[in-house]
Amino acid sequence: MKRWILVVLLLLAGCGQRPDWHLRNIEGLMPDLAFQLTDSQGRAVTADRFRGKISLLYFGYTHCPDVCPTTLSDLARALRRLGPDADQVRILFVSVDPARDKPGVLGRYAAAFGPQVRGLTGSQDALRQLTRRYRVSFGLGKPDTQGNYEVSHSSAVFVFDRRGRVRLLDTDSGDTEALVADLRRLLKEG
Amino acid sequence: MRRFVLLNLLSWWCLALPAAPAIQVHDAWIRLLPGDLPLAGYCTLVNGTDHRLRLTGAASPAFRQVMLHQSIHRHGTSRMQAVHGIDIPPGGELRIRPGGYHLMLMGRRRALHPGDRVRVELRFRNSAPLRIPFEVRSATE
Repeated sequence: MKRWILVVLLLLAGCGQRPDWHLRNIEGLMPDLAFQLTDSQGRAVTADRFRGKISLLYFGYTHCPDVCPTTLSDLARALRRLGPDADQVRILFVSVDPARDKPGVLGRYAAAFGPQVRGLTGSQDALRQLTRRYRVSFGLGKPDTQGNYEVSHSSAVFVFDRRGRVRLLDTDSGDTEALVADLRRLLKEG
Repeated sequence: MRRFVLLNLLSWWCLALPAAPAIQVHDAWIRLLPGDLPLAGYCTLVNGTDHRLRLTGAASPAFRQVMLHQSIHRHGTSRMQAVHGIDIPPGGELRIRPGGYHLMLMGRRRALHPGDRVRVELRFRNSAPLRIPFEVRSATE
C-alpha cells in the first residue's frame, strides 16, 4: 500500500513539469532585449525592430578570425536545419569594436553567414550598457606597432523569444542538436 | 625481355620513392571572410618521427603575415593570444582546429575564393619546413 502511495505521489510530482530545455534556461533571470545601436547601414536601431522574431544575441568583432566565425557558422548551421522557419530567427552579432567595424565591413561580414544575420554596433557607452545588462564584459587591448589590437568578448549566445524575453543561454554553440531542438520548441510557442 | 625491362624499371621507381613522410598534415583549410579581414587556417599534424617536434611559425605567399595564435576561453570570455611554438611529441598529433590553436593569416596578397588552394609553409625548430596546400572554404563551413 505504502509503495502505491509513493508511486502516485511521484506521478503527481511529474505532472505539470515541462521537459527540460537542452540549453540553460535563464527565463526571468535577465532583462528583456533592449538596446540602442546602429545597424550595418549606419542607421539607429532598437530591439523593437526584432520583435516578432526569435533573437540570438552574440558579442564579437570582425577582426576575430577564429572564435567569432566559428560561433556564427555554428549558429548558421542550426538555422539551416530549421528550413523555412529560419526566417523567424535573427542572429544579432554585436561588434564591441566599433572603431574597426564600420557599417560596410559589418554588413558584408554578417551577410557571409547568412540572410538571418545582422551586424550591429554602437558607441562605447551603448556597448557598455548592453553588455552590463547581460552581465558580460569586453575589453580592447593596446594597439601594437601595426595598429592591431586584441579584443576580449563574451562567448555566450543569449536566446530571446518573439516578445523579446530572455529565455536561454547557449555556452556551446557547437552542439547544433541542442540549439535546433530548443529553437523548434520556441518557434512552436507562436 | 620487354616485360623484364618494364618490371625492372618499376622496381627501380619503387625504390626511388621516398619513405612515408615523417610528418603528415591533413584537413588543412582556411575559413574565408569578406574584405581583408584576418583569416584562420586549420590543419592536423601527425608527428611520425621519433623526436619531439616544435612548430614555430608559418608563412604563405598569399598573405603578408602568418602568426600562430590560440583562442583562450576563461570565465565565459574569449580572447586570442600569440603563441611562439607548439610541441608535438613523437607519435603525437596536433589538432589546429576552430576554437583553439589557429594560424592567423593577415594581409591578403590576392583575392581568395572558396575552393582555392593556398600554399602555406609550416616551420619547425628541429625539422625542415613543410609546404602544404590549404583549401579555402566559405565562412559557413
